[in-house]
Amino acid sequence: MTRLPAWIEYLLIPLMNLTLAFAVAAVVVMLIGENPIDALTVMINGAFVYEGALGYTLYYTTSLIFTGLAVSVAFHASLFNIGAEGQAYLGGLGALLVALMLQDWLPMILMIPLCIIGAAAFGALWALIPGWLQAYRGSHIVITTIMFNFIGAGIMVGLLSGSLMRPGQSNPESLLFEDNARMPQLHNLLGEFGIELGRSPLNLSIVFAALACFGVWLLIWRTRWGYALRTMGASEPAAHYAGVPVPRMIVTAMCISGALAGMMAINTVMGDQGKVTLGFPAGFGFTGIAVALMGRSHPVGIILAALLFGALLQGGSELDFEFQTITREMVLLIQGLIILFSGALSLMFVPWMERRFARKEIA
Amino acid sequence: MINETRPRKQSEAVSNMPPAVYLQNITKTFGAVVANDSVDLTVPTGTIHGIIGENGAGKSTVVSILYGFYTADSGSIEINGEPATITNSADAIERGIGMVHQHFMLVPNFTVLENVMLGSEDGFFLRKGKAATRKELQRLSDEYGLDVDPDAVVETLPVGIQQRVEILKALRRGARILILDEPTGVLTPDETDRFFDILRGLRAQGVTVLLITHKLREIMEVTDGVSVMRRGKMVAHKQTSETTREELAELMVGRRVELTTPRIHVDTGPIALEARNLTWHGARGVARLRNVSLILRAGEILGLAGVSGNGQSELLDVLSGIAPVQEGQIIIGNRIINNNTPTDPAELRGLGVAHVPEDRHKRGLVLPFEARENAVLGYHTGPNTGEGRFLSPRALQGHCETLMERFDIRPTNPKLAAAGFSGGNQQKLVMAREIEPEPSIMLIGQPTRGVDIGGISFIHAEIMARKAAGCAILLVSVELDEIMALSDRIAVMNAGEIVGETTRDNADYRQIGLMMAGVSGTGDAGISGMGDTA
Repeated sequence: MTRLPAWIEYLLIPLMNLTLAFAVAAVVVMLIGENPIDALTVMINGAFVYEGALGYTLYYTTSLIFTGLAVSVAFHASLFNIGAEGQAYLGGLGALLVALMLQDWLPMILMIPLCIIGAAAFGALWALIPGWLQAYRGSHIVITTIMFNFIGAGIMVGLLSGSLMRPGQSNPESLLFEDNARMPQLHNLLGEFGIELGRSPLNLSIVFAALACFGVWLLIWRTRWGYALRTMGASEPAAHYAGVPVPRMIVTAMCISGALAGMMAINTVMGDQGKVTLGFPAGFGFTGIAVALMGRSHPVGIILAALLFGALLQGGSELDFEFQTITREMVLLIQGLIILFSGALSLMFVPWMERRFARKEIA
Repeated sequence: MINETRPRKQSEAVSNMPPAVYLQNITKTFGAVVANDSVDLTVPTGTIHGIIGENGAGKSTVVSILYGFYTADSGSIEINGEPATITNSADAIERGIGMVHQHFMLVPNFTVLENVMLGSEDGFFLRKGKAATRKELQRLSDEYGLDVDPDAVVETLPVGIQQRVEILKALRRGARILILDEPTGVLTPDETDRFFDILRGLRAQGVTVLLITHKLREIMEVTDGVSVMRRGKMVAHKQTSETTREELAELMVGRRVELTTPRIHVDTGPIALEARNLTWHGARGVARLRNVSLILRAGEILGLAGVSGNGQSELLDVLSGIAPVQEGQIIIGNRIINNNTPTDPAELRGLGVAHVPEDRHKRGLVLPFEARENAVLGYHTGPNTGEGRFLSPRALQGHCETLMERFDIRPTNPKLAAAGFSGGNQQKLVMAREIEPEPSIMLIGQPTRGVDIGGISFIHAEIMARKAAGCAILLVSVELDEIMALSDRIAVMNAGEIVGETTRDNADYRQIGLMMAGVSGTGDAGISGMGDTA
């Protein structure tokens, strides 16, 4: 049994994959007649340097951390939760319902936690049903979660153009969150302490995202429950042998996964728009799969991967803005290449690395 | 110190005919692992030659190079005195080398004839090829005494006969040098005897047989010469008549080993576990256990003998709570477990039942997990792992270090993934985990499968020590020698039933062997066990 040193496995190989993805993207940029160095400069400026750019990048990062964590928790149980998109969507509904019910009476200090709980609960509920079907009826989680994305979208369209639609306008949008149910934006919050920050939708959710990262790490690696979960994910026969109640674990794992996905809504709905809009998860649930894969299902990796994808998203829209020839599709192409090289082809360099760096680990 | 015979000397003893196989200085590395280190091997024509060594000693690599699965990094091969380059199995077959793999490569729902014909169909339509193969089978059967019904469907045949088909396949392709890789793993003692008769018959016809095994008994019984491998090197070549089991064991391991575990006699205590009329149906309603009853007493080892796949695994599953009790009941103290009062492995651990599973890779360990995590598998809710709902790495580390020291598990690195340990040390880790809570009942499945000789004696001594401490032990093993060495009582399983029980003192090797085969010795025992034994 050979194993690569950690710095190669977790640092060098991902960096090489990333470099390769950018190199291929550079070739494409050259083919359409632009200078890849210029494009990269614009992207970096757009993602980090311009006023408010970093805020936007981190705002996207926050959403991706939640969905990435959601997918990763399911991964640890060897479940492929494709339904983060739908769970986030329903999470928005959960937050909205709590807000509409209570925001006239309760102060912010209570409203925010309650709305988060509402979002998490609805996300969990939307994952519980596929989880239960997988655990007790053997319906494959991939199929059911995909279907639940569609069902969820259908329900939301119905509500947003129906009973929850804000009167007096013609968009399928919900009633509004009042100020006491909105997540404070950081440029406002820090402004009060005299710290100037460019305007961006970056809000307090990023703190909750960081807490969620720590919580997931604690849960997966430092609790008995997490141990049982990882055992089940790594070897179901071993889990049966160890007396782990496998069906119950599947349901619980899916609920936690769904709750995290649902919490993505607090960033967008409560932190930015102040209302639930049609299709607000905007593919972040699916990008979360790539984030979890690239982050090796570890919170630290997920933070880094979410930052990368967040920067791509923000820098990419700047690219679209600056160049006539480069469109949003180009950014999708780069994303696709990154997913291709660090997901599907992530093991490409491994045999080559093993020949050079493998250590023998045998008794 | 052992005097090691040089390979050259070995060939001088035989006639002046060139040896069937002559390997010189074969070296093969995989990454940083040297699987074969300057290996020499001379196999005289028309002999049965054994290659013995522990798991990972490089036996399989040598024959894989000979059969063209791997190409050696350096070294030369001569077949019948002629230099040979063998880069794939077609080359090997062309030079008259045939191989029978440990896991048979037969199409189960084809007939014997169709299987033997595979690869030599001779044209688009099968009629001509079939006729030719039928004639050829008849000739081989006459010549070598290998009698098989050509029209029988392979999956309906006993394992011993299936193996015969594999040999026929090789001979049909003109093999004069036959490589057999661990051929007896799936055979009953009786089938093994008959298999050895076949090998002797082949030898009489001038076929050279290369027998790869880790069983000393087989080497002593059937081979003319034997080569011993250890850690990728050939450490000795011996004439079988001039060596002993003890000497070979010492050569394999590199130090003196006890081949027998001293038996400890203790007075048996009360009944610890009783199973009454357990019947269990697997998928598709096939009965895998029929009316199995047994009693385990404190301070006693009950050995359960049988060819793999005759219900032992299912019995262990039911007794350990992994599979539900369907019919019948299990009684442990005051607790009665039946269809209406189900249990689970966690409850049984609480009742003092420890389980060493048959398959440590699938069940006993989570291979990518660190050793210290594996050291609490099944006990992760217990006190050795931390406080409250949390799991403390420090507690895991300390617990694992204790186990590693007490059970001599190497390397003593609790953070190393379980997959990084040798088979013997993995098994010791599982044994350590199960023994440490001092259970009152132990269910032990195949405790020494794939474990080297040194590890076997250690594990046997531990099992014996548990018995002496008053534990009731059920020992399931396909190695009859192991059952005989450890048990106080022996029960034999065949086709899901316990077909006989005897005390160790009255046990007769041959009698048990016949019962394992289904008494008549020709029953359908063991068909389902195909490929189960590693």
